Amino acid sequence: MSDLLVLEGLRKQFGDFTAVDGISLQVGVGEVLGFLGPNGAGKSTTMKMAAGFLEPDAGHATICGHDIGNAPKAAKKMLGYLPEGAPAYGEMRVGTFLSFCADVRGLSGAEQQKAIDLAMARTGLEPVADQVIDTLSKGFRRRVGLAQAILHEPKVLILDEPTDGLDPNQKHHVRELIKELSADRAIIISTHILEEVDAVCSRAIIIDKGKVVADGTADELRKQMPGRRKSNLDDVFRHFTSLEEAAA
Amino acid sequence: MSTVLAIAKRELKSYFATPIAAVFLVVFVVLCGVFTFQVGRLFDRGVADLAPFFNYLPWLFLILIPAVAMRLWAEERKSGTIELLMTLPVSPGEAVTGKWLAGTLFVALALVLTFPMWITVNILGDPDNGVILANYIAALALASVFLALGGCASAFTRNQVVALVLSVVGCFILLTAGMPLVLDAISGYVPTAIIDAVRSISALSHFTSIARGVLLVPDLVWVVSMVVFWLFATVAVISLKKAD
Repeated sequence: MSDLLVLEGLRKQFGDFTAVDGISLQVGVGEVLGFLGPNGAGKSTTMKMAAGFLEPDAGHATICGHDIGNAPKAAKKMLGYLPEGAPAYGEMRVGTFLSFCADVRGLSGAEQQKAIDLAMARTGLEPVADQVIDTLSKGFRRRVGLAQAILHEPKVLILDEPTDGLDPNQKHHVRELIKELSADRAIIISTHILEEVDAVCSRAIIIDKGKVVADGTADELRKQMPGRRKSNLDDVFRHFTSLEEAAA
Repeated sequence: MSTVLAIAKRELKSYFATPIAAVFLVVFVVLCGVFTFQVGRLFDRGVADLAPFFNYLPWLFLILIPAVAMRLWAEERKSGTIELLMTLPVSPGEAVTGKWLAGTLFVALALVLTFPMWITVNILGDPDNGVILANYIAALALASVFLALGGCASAFTRNQVVALVLSVVGCFILLTAGMPLVLDAISGYVPTAIIDAVRSISALSHFTSIARGVLLVPDLVWVVSMVVFWLFATVAVISLKKAD
């Protein structure tokens, strides 16, 4: 099967508030899906459910054919996940943190060292390998989270705001990395930076109030805008997400 | 199993990466010395054994073990690393067991560091080293039960102080359940069967029983079932409220 990541009718309610209201999507090999939406639209909640951290009230998330609810271990082995805010054990050194992640993922010995070296090289972490994570800048900390996510060469990557807090050079670097990784993987990134969609994503989904409101390539989204010939993505974003706001 | 060990290894390392390990070990060893020699009057007794040390140990554990356990889960919640841990291929059971194992190994190290007292009584006299060994085993068993309970308290909250207070109270109830203090308070209101049940979960009676040097099956059953019960409770708490 070509769809490595499949979400089917995911729903999540917090009290009276419906954070995610029936989101379905598929991501196949070689695809980078941009997950767009205003703050509070349910991006992170959806990703937490896809990664198996939150249990959905309804619906399924399947990674490489393994249901994350019924076969969490098999699914999580194929998954690299960067949680929102890139949490990491602050008192650990970058190298020891990555070797813990590798231990848990069953990589050992020379294989582990190779994986850590490659992940650090890809994310530019070599200069801070022996530094305590708490003492790192925001940009480096984000890259530690990225390194942890790609360490075991997962088939599916779920990255929640991978470029948040990075400077323009670092953003460019991370986007290049995502493009490089996307060849034989399925990747989903959440962002509210629209230029990112043009820069790295092969497809984008806009969600608002927990529902998918638009789905397509950047060009297709532009065409869905009524009235205007050449609209930019900012207009598309505002068009789809403000409609709902007016209705509320 | 290797996952459990990886978790335990990381947890142990993080004790030593922060001042917790140094502070705990120093305070523990100094307090053991104070209770044994000053309060327990080891020298004045004229008996070559470590009874004063082991008599005070459960009460020392009452405060110090919750301090070891309080960060186990509260810290993960506070820093958000619980989201990382729970999305790695780790089951809640493995994570809970690994953390408990790390705490138990850490306390074992603290107990090993009290060896000067063992040397002291061996120089001064001719103690029954078998009894002393049994006492150490009883102490570690008691600590492992307290750690399992403290870990469960830590899983409830993101605040380490709340976790500390909850587990001190829990350990106190467990420790004193067989004492008149508790039994008198409930006798008259509840049937004898419940009083017997409360008495049988009391930590202190099992501790003294193991420490006497006779490892009885009921005591062993008590230790194992207590640890398993609290680890299961922790797994339930973690699974039910991962994201809070």
